[in-house]
Amino acid sequence: MSDPLLKVRDLKIGATVYPPGEKPHDIEIVHGVSFDLAPGKVLGLIGESGAGKSTIGLASMAYGRGGVKITGGEVWVNGRDILKSSVRDIRNLRGAEVTYVSQSAAASFNPAKKIMDQVVEAAVEQKKFSRKEAEERARTLFAKLGLPDPDNIGKRFPHQVSGGQLQRCMTALALCPEPDLVVFDEPTTALDVTTQIDVLMAIKEAIRDTGVAALYITHDLAVVAQVSDDIMVLRMGDMVEYAHTDQIINSPKEEYTQALVSVRSIEHEEKNPTPEPVLSVKNITARYKGLNFDVLKNVTVDLHPGQTLAVVGESGSGKSTLARVITGLLPPSDGQIDFAGRTLSRDLAGRTREDLRELQMIYQMADVAMNPRQTVGTIIGRPLEFYFNIRGSEKRKRIIDLLDEIELGEKFMDRYPAELSGGQKQRVCIARSLAAKPKMIICDEVTSALDPLVADGILKLLLDLQKIEDVAYLFITHDLATVRAISDSIAVMYQGKVQRYGSKSEVLSPPFDDYTDLLLSSVPEMKLGWLEEVVAHRKMESAGN
Amino acid sequence: MKNIPISALIGLFLTAVYFLMALLAPIIAPYGMAEVVGDVWEPASSKYWLGTDNIGRDLLSRMIYGGRTTIFIATAATIISFVTGSVLAFFAAVMGGWVDQVLSRFVDLIMSIPTLIFALVVLSVMPVTIPILILVMGLLDSTRVYRLARAVAVDISVMDYVEAARLRGEKIGWIIFREILPNALSPLIAEMGLRFIFAVLFVSTLSFLGLGVQPPEADWGGIVKENKEGIVYGIPAALLPAVAIATLAISVNLVADWVLNRTTSLKGGRG
Amino acid sequence: MHPVVKLVAQRLALSLLLLLAASILIFAGTMILPGDVAQSILGQSATPESLANLREELGLNDPPVTRYFDWLFGAMQGDLGTALTNGRDIAESIGQRLSNTLFLAFWAAIISVPLAILLGLIAVRYKDRWPDKLISGVTLASISIPEFLIGYLLMYYLAVQLGWFPSVAMINDGMSLGQKLQSIALPVIVLTLVVLAHMMRMTRAAILNVMQSAYVETAELKGLSGFQVIYRHAFPNAIAPIVNVVMINLAYLVVGVVVIEVVFVYPGMGQYLVDHVSKRDVPVVQACGLIFAAVYILLNMIADIVSILANPRLRHPK
Repeated sequence: MSDPLLKVRDLKIGATVYPPGEKPHDIEIVHGVSFDLAPGKVLGLIGESGAGKSTIGLASMAYGRGGVKITGGEVWVNGRDILKSSVRDIRNLRGAEVTYVSQSAAASFNPAKKIMDQVVEAAVEQKKFSRKEAEERARTLFAKLGLPDPDNIGKRFPHQVSGGQLQRCMTALALCPEPDLVVFDEPTTALDVTTQIDVLMAIKEAIRDTGVAALYITHDLAVVAQVSDDIMVLRMGDMVEYAHTDQIINSPKEEYTQALVSVRSIEHEEKNPTPEPVLSVKNITARYKGLNFDVLKNVTVDLHPGQTLAVVGESGSGKSTLARVITGLLPPSDGQIDFAGRTLSRDLAGRTREDLRELQMIYQMADVAMNPRQTVGTIIGRPLEFYFNIRGSEKRKRIIDLLDEIELGEKFMDRYPAELSGGQKQRVCIARSLAAKPKMIICDEVTSALDPLVADGILKLLLDLQKIEDVAYLFITHDLATVRAISDSIAVMYQGKVQRYGSKSEVLSPPFDDYTDLLLSSVPEMKLGWLEEVVAHRKMESAGN
Repeated sequence: MKNIPISALIGLFLTAVYFLMALLAPIIAPYGMAEVVGDVWEPASSKYWLGTDNIGRDLLSRMIYGGRTTIFIATAATIISFVTGSVLAFFAAVMGGWVDQVLSRFVDLIMSIPTLIFALVVLSVMPVTIPILILVMGLLDSTRVYRLARAVAVDISVMDYVEAARLRGEKIGWIIFREILPNALSPLIAEMGLRFIFAVLFVSTLSFLGLGVQPPEADWGGIVKENKEGIVYGIPAALLPAVAIATLAISVNLVADWVLNRTTSLKGGRG
Repeated sequence: MHPVVKLVAQRLALSLLLLLAASILIFAGTMILPGDVAQSILGQSATPESLANLREELGLNDPPVTRYFDWLFGAMQGDLGTALTNGRDIAESIGQRLSNTLFLAFWAAIISVPLAILLGLIAVRYKDRWPDKLISGVTLASISIPEFLIGYLLMYYLAVQLGWFPSVAMINDGMSLGQKLQSIALPVIVLTLVVLAHMMRMTRAAILNVMQSAYVETAELKGLSGFQVIYRHAFPNAIAPIVNVVMINLAYLVVGVVVIEVVFVYPGMGQYLVDHVSKRDVPVVQACGLIFAAVYILLNMIADIVSILANPRLRHPK
């Protein structure tokens, strides 16, 4: 094995925290991490939020974001310890030897400058290439990364290209100075799944063709398995497991890694439709005020009592709009909604208290779905008071029952939302909707803001509660793994229309329509070589046509 | 009362001292407000701690009575501006539609004319009495409160927890008082401090221009006006109100800062 | 039509509309409120006949709408009416005073704008270190004292005690530029102090906001020097907010001028306005109010148009 390009030894990183009501103080967020990266190799850093993976990535450029400081250890790049280097040497390293690709290209490009100026800036400034050579190189990279019109795209401003394209431009920006190492920080996380696969392939090929080494940071193990040679699993600033990709995916040693690998392995037996649906959406068409096109076009779906209908689609598919129409927040321009044997009024004002009680909603961002000035007890107790006029000790008893049901317990009663973790907040929101004893709950991306293991816990809880309370879920999500885990029937939405609708087994079995096929095949699978298989398969198909 | 930073304690203490002096002026002041007790512009002495003014009245007594007037007018104007501004703002934010449009555009219009100029225009035709002064200042300043309160209320009313309350079927009253108001309180209270300071500066300016509190009634701006001729002869009597106004303003500022920080960090509430 | 042109045109139209509405407000504020102009001119002892004559002469018997339009059309043609107190043509009296006021405001702006931006940059560069804390402490103190008191403080120490400057700011046509500048030095310093505090605080906030963007981090990770990061990446995006800050504070300056002129007995618009408010000379107050409002609206309009022009999303639409 050749000498490592990047050698990290016992890296310790600290940060200043400002907890409410206390004096600011320093804490350690990375506790002594070591690894090696050989030239041309890719190391995946994986972990949940707070694992310290981005912080470690930036440390390889001797950079600390915000109040973050590198407090100990060594970071060797090309044979010198950059933590002991002068400011000038570090500046010469950044943008020349090591470059960076961030999660949000849209925020990382300067809105006031043309793309080309920003892509070649580091290469020219670090005297790697002349301006002309750098531009030539940038155009080659644009073409290699599959960007449309590679000769002219550099003349545009960042807001004039799409998110997926901008993410590729960011990769070009990082590769342009011919660096030895690129730090990819969640480069595909913000993209839709069908866009992600293309960007991922483009990045992988670019790494292969340029022979650059890379640190690939992500929370998605299936994604990192496609691009990396080695994987390091991190948790709360500690190394959990560090091995070849093959070993991590196929025979993980640590319990935590095993949990990450087996995430979304919930089994759920599909139920058969009942004769009488609890919710029946008929030919709904809707548009927002001020828009000149329909966001929902003639949507028809049914949901049966005690079952789960998953509404799946990418951003802009209209899935969240469907939820707004069903709740009455956005009156449809056409169509009808039947619920529990009666036709619902189109707008909120026309609905009875019973309509409102039986149809509850859980939101994506649990922390803004709860009033920060109310305690958990008040939040869960309000529907009891409001719908059933339950007060005093009986209310307290009911709240404790509900807290037990969501596996939190009585001690959470007097806490404020800010004192809860993300998963606990979502549980409280679930309890609040259950308190109304609803027939149906709309779950709008309820797990997408959560780490995979926490999300798994929430899904399991929802399934258990469905058995006990016999409540139906309308489950809105972009995540097909979630859909597989919990649904009885599925509606695939695309550009405001229901593309495919039926029982889970029907929707997920071939023959597929083109969009569903694209969507299903784009979901990263936890297996080596999946990316190549899919891309090869798609190439064959398009050649066949 | 734990965790109060030292700056806020100082601010709180000085603010309290000023308000107490205002309340207890007749007891504390050594002489009467308009009582001529000595020569013109006598220097500070054990008899007259701050000296005497342009017609021989005790300056300390006039400063104390002046503070009473200034603080009273500023407080009353702040209350008017707050009640008017925030009630209209919450109303506009919750109602939306044309009510919101009409109110907001009208406020834009008032704010397109500098406050001092507008006040001068109005005071040129109105009799300058203390109630009118309070009313004019309060109503003009309520436009600023309206802007802030409306922005805060609109920000909060699009939060998911307000939507959740709407979906539950809660009435407008519950939504305003239980969901929106508790979360809007901290920026509003901090703003109240700033509006109070502004009112103190404003009434002083008007009095200095001769369009505010009328003599022989004392107020801090008026004391400057009465004693300004002394400056040229090197008599600093006119500068005393500067010290009073600045310390009061800074104290209130410190308290407002602390209120804002404390309530935003408390239980992670929004700012 | 290019969206920028459209937006700018909309903003211009809106400003004109605002100015028109402001003129109605000023007129209504002085005419419809209780109080009788004729009565206030002649005093309580006036005979009914003389009151009636004066009302007739001033056109007070016409309906308010007619009077408003007479006044507005007159104002648009430069005829602001005559002052009640001395019967002189208002436009003529204002002419010289307006240029005096603009002269004062101009020099205050020339000094305060670059100084505020410089201090703002220093405060950002040394954020949370002593230069930042010193600057913010001094500015907090100067915000907490009314303008006129800063005026007297400086007059007392710099003019009376040290004798560096004249304590009143006399100015006339016979003076050379140098003499004029020496004469207005003290009021200019006071005005500078007054707007500097606000302007510097807002500039600091605007630059800090830009410096926290992800694209500034990208620039740092390209290995650019601190100066290059600010000059190439932060500055182009900070122009619009800074211009906005400057314009808002120049508008503030317009108001500050009124009080400062009174302090230094400077023959400008502010002094003229305040004098005639005490004398209840309504036509003069209306005219001055309209001019101040127009300047204020104009400056705010420039601020808005600059932010429209500086927005790359609007300049280069998809």
